[in-house]
Amino acid sequence: MKFTLNWLKEHLDTAADLKTITDRLTALGLEVESVQDRAEAFAPFKAAKVVSAVQHPDADRLKVLMVDTGSETLQVVCGAPNARAGMMGIFAPAGSYIPGTNMVLKKGNIRGQESNGMMVSEREMGLSDEHEGIIDLPAGTKIGTPMADLYGLNDPVIDIALTPDRADCAGVRGIARDLAAAGLGTLKPINTAPVPGTFQSPVSVSIQSAKECPQFLGRYIKSVKNGASPEWLQQRLKAVGLRPISALVDITNFFSIGLCRPLHVFDADKLNGNIHVRLSKAGETFAALNDKSYTLEAGACVVCDDRGVLGLGGIVGGQTTGCQAETVNVFLECAYFDPYTIAKTGRQYDVVSDARYRFERGVDPAFTAIGIELATRMIIELCGGEASEVMSAGQAPDTSRSYDFDPEYTRKLGGVEISVSRQTEILHTLGFVVKDGKAFPPSWRGDILGKADLVEEIVRVHEFDHIPAVSVRSRETVPPSAETSLGVRMRKARGALAARGLYESVTWSFMPKHMAGFFGSNDNSLTLSNPISADLDQMRPSILPNLLMAAGRNADRGFGDTALFEVGPVFQSADVAGQKMMASGLRHGACHPRHWSGADVSRLADAMDVKADALTALEAAGAPAANLQVSRDVPAYYHPGRAGALKLGNVVLAYFGDIHPGVMEQMGLKGTASGFEVFLDHIPEAKKKGTAKPLLTLSPLQPISRDFAFIVDEQLETALLVRTAMGADKMIERIDIFDVYQGKGVDPGKKSVAINVVIQPTERTLTDADIEAMAQKIISAVAAKCAGVLRG
Amino acid sequence: MIAQLKAQLTDMVGSAKDLNALEEARVTALGKKGRITDLMKTLGTLSPEERKTTGAELNTLKDEISALIEKQEQALKKQALDARLAHEKMDVTLSVRPQAKGTIHPISQTMDELVSIFGAMGFSVAEGPDIEDDWHNFTALNFPPGHPAREMHDTFYLPDDPKQTGDAAKKLLRTHTSTMQVRHMMANKPPYKIIVMGRTYRSDYDMTHTPMFHQIEGLVIDKDIHMGHLKGCLMDFARAYFGMDQLPVRFRPSFFPFTEPSAEMDIGCSRKDGGLKIGAGDDWLEILGCGMVHPNVLKNCGVDPDEYQGFAFGMGVERIAMLKYGIPDLRTFFDSDVRWLSHYGFDPLDRPNRATGSK
Repeated sequence: MKFTLNWLKEHLDTAADLKTITDRLTALGLEVESVQDRAEAFAPFKAAKVVSAVQHPDADRLKVLMVDTGSETLQVVCGAPNARAGMMGIFAPAGSYIPGTNMVLKKGNIRGQESNGMMVSEREMGLSDEHEGIIDLPAGTKIGTPMADLYGLNDPVIDIALTPDRADCAGVRGIARDLAAAGLGTLKPINTAPVPGTFQSPVSVSIQSAKECPQFLGRYIKSVKNGASPEWLQQRLKAVGLRPISALVDITNFFSIGLCRPLHVFDADKLNGNIHVRLSKAGETFAALNDKSYTLEAGACVVCDDRGVLGLGGIVGGQTTGCQAETVNVFLECAYFDPYTIAKTGRQYDVVSDARYRFERGVDPAFTAIGIELATRMIIELCGGEASEVMSAGQAPDTSRSYDFDPEYTRKLGGVEISVSRQTEILHTLGFVVKDGKAFPPSWRGDILGKADLVEEIVRVHEFDHIPAVSVRSRETVPPSAETSLGVRMRKARGALAARGLYESVTWSFMPKHMAGFFGSNDNSLTLSNPISADLDQMRPSILPNLLMAAGRNADRGFGDTALFEVGPVFQSADVAGQKMMASGLRHGACHPRHWSGADVSRLADAMDVKADALTALEAAGAPAANLQVSRDVPAYYHPGRAGALKLGNVVLAYFGDIHPGVMEQMGLKGTASGFEVFLDHIPEAKKKGTAKPLLTLSPLQPISRDFAFIVDEQLETALLVRTAMGADKMIERIDIFDVYQGKGVDPGKKSVAINVVIQPTERTLTDADIEAMAQKIISAVAAKCAGVLRG
Repeated sequence: MIAQLKAQLTDMVGSAKDLNALEEARVTALGKKGRITDLMKTLGTLSPEERKTTGAELNTLKDEISALIEKQEQALKKQALDARLAHEKMDVTLSVRPQAKGTIHPISQTMDELVSIFGAMGFSVAEGPDIEDDWHNFTALNFPPGHPAREMHDTFYLPDDPKQTGDAAKKLLRTHTSTMQVRHMMANKPPYKIIVMGRTYRSDYDMTHTPMFHQIEGLVIDKDIHMGHLKGCLMDFARAYFGMDQLPVRFRPSFFPFTEPSAEMDIGCSRKDGGLKIGAGDDWLEILGCGMVHPNVLKNCGVDPDEYQGFAFGMGVERIAMLKYGIPDLRTFFDSDVRWLSHYGFDPLDRPNRATGSK
């Protein structure tokens, strides 16, 4: 919402300076976004007289002028066709910033002739598109008069960010009222005396959609003379970014911005019969004043004449009945439209207009009847003519209501002491009536809907800065942990994975639907109805595709070896329970760059790397990693032979493995990649209570280490062999596989698995015979359960 | 004779150039069949008088030669070690074996820090779903149906839930974490003192907006929580987070459907030469929206607004991360560029903790 300081002062009698006013506006909740002090920007430019103008000796189209600036006479080279001796123009000295060209003017030499500045056009000053010649001021203009004075530019433009609740401040008068309440002056009265009608309007008005348009007032004004509006009005509109069109149109804009009272003026001679407000029928069309044509669906609130739709009520008027320079008889519309209807229709047809901006916030319904009188008066003042009686349909909605006004509640909620008399005074100046412990909001404050709103009004005028701050402290001296158990898991998994060398990413929760299909879901209930782009239209069923795409982007930039992870949600259904918290990661390319110490350093990351990632994350997040079973039932986007699931009973805690080559190809990713997905919320809560760890008992007996190599079927899962050997005796503490071999010396279809068994004696040092007996137990168990033979 | 032997053995030990030669000398001198041992064996043939003197002389010789051998051995060992060390030389300027270390994303780092700050004030964390419905996201939060404020949220919608009716059937991605005010209040009894952090979604994509971003929501409800608490809590937060005791803070009246009164908080800053500096300056920077929870919201959540009142706030996590860590472009947060993650990411072993500090 833009307005000028002088426009404000038309409504506010104040001695406050600009800075005081703008600071106070922000403190009132009318946040000042910018203040443009144009007088300052235009300060270098002043009226100057062209003393002489002679042809440039070396350029046909240039003239050499001598310009009297009041303080000196300077030579200026000028190309304008209208430059002539004796004229008054605007002189821009060297060193000044020329807004229209966005350049700082330099002293120059144009084809051998010195030029000490320039005589400027309106376009060069950024005032209009006028560039036919230099500015030609009236003859009597005094040399040295600042341009800002001549053009009415010494009026700062203030732009405020208006919150959607403050419809009243979509008019300058509302802003003035707020400032008056804040003690920065007094609100000037306006002359609301009606303009008596002298005849019966030949055009009548009727409403068939009272919900959408509760009240419609109209007035016929005959014999007006439309033309350019007065300079002061034009300047005001230009200052706030509106193009002056004609007196009649400019008046409607002046009312819209000044009083938050949108109006419409029809050329009455172009109307066919009477005005009707109704809902549109499907297929009706009209050409709007914004140079667009609209084909309407059923149900929009439209203003019509007997022939058809003229415009969208309260949003945009029609071209066919618009006022022109030659318009003689007009019909003035001043109506009240329902805010929601306006918002909905404006959105539906995507029309942005000053009228919509105000009606959808909610203009003052009670001001409709006053507004038409004020507008009539101004039209007659500027354009002459004679007004009919007011034609009226419907009535303004009743906004009268009251809320308990308890000054003590202001302290209780607002946290600040304000005297009862000051509280009452604030409400009074804002237009409230305070009576018998009740406050009655004014008709223009549709946003006041309860006693908390009264507190806001009082406290914001008193200023939030004056509320004493009170710290919020923990009830306990040492506060308890703030995290949830899921939060703890997320944090720990994140730290563990980053410590393993993966970079934490954050990627979109949505992804391309066709890709989601590769990852197990293209559930329509998870497809966005209005995605921001076609490739962000499906809630992700897995984080892996996003990480694969990220790895691809990194590879395209020349960073082919990536290890990424993300801790975030995936979506299995649109229900609350369908959202799962995952810690997922992806390794693409080599583990490390090549290194002098050996080729293994730079090997390609594989399923075993991501298995370790998954186990690390699980362990960090509190899963009993040692008790997990590995199975091969994995989703189809994993390599069927090189992937596994980590389970606790039937509950899947994680998947890991190489990404299916087919998926890699579909996603356009080169090489191999391995990924893991840890279901953080599938991890069971720890059963153990308390923080004590199990007591550590250290054996005084030395552990014994023995190696075994078994020949087994190549399909045998080594986990079974390890589990079998482990089960052979209670004293076996750990088993490490240190070699898996196939090739010379091992029959085809078989493999050799070498294990190191660590035995921890419990009661006494073991004899050779004890150890031999234990070795036999291991060998027989492996033979029985794994068909393994000790390698000779 | 003994003097001669001494000279011979001394010479032999002295001329041993390596440990093998020295061992040979030792065996020759002191071994079971060594020269001194041999002489010792002859002692029995001597007269008691001679035996005494010769025995003593031989023992002295034995000790002397032993000491000599010991000394020579030390010298030879040192020589051998020197030779080995001279040989065992590596290029210590070589690069070490690589050990990868990843980083924590600035969003996670910031959220962890927010937990540590608000945790110190006695807040606890609450969590909730990203896929919400119209009732939790709007209606319960006092956005009337059709209200233009709903449109300001640029909501992403999902197909209606056939199992539900009305507002609850209209599925959407939460546009703010305020939905959790509703869920938390409906599931628990007052008082409340929670923060909620998580993903939020709005259909907007430009220099300063991404379709997904993170918010932190705070809610404090009790019988006597007023705007002074709101101001104090958020001032304390801002000063702790930005590490500036004197950071200027101001509160401006604003509008949110779910708070009344509503405010926005600005912090002091200066903008010079295109750079932004947080701290006392001539300008202000908006960092969050807040207000006293609207009585209608309390009512919608089953809390009596005549008995309970309090404040709520909402803040963009990326925004405050950008300000604190000088990250210029919001969109880069979600690009997973490893160069960016490495540069702006954080050490996984250095997690935010108000007590331990970060210096």
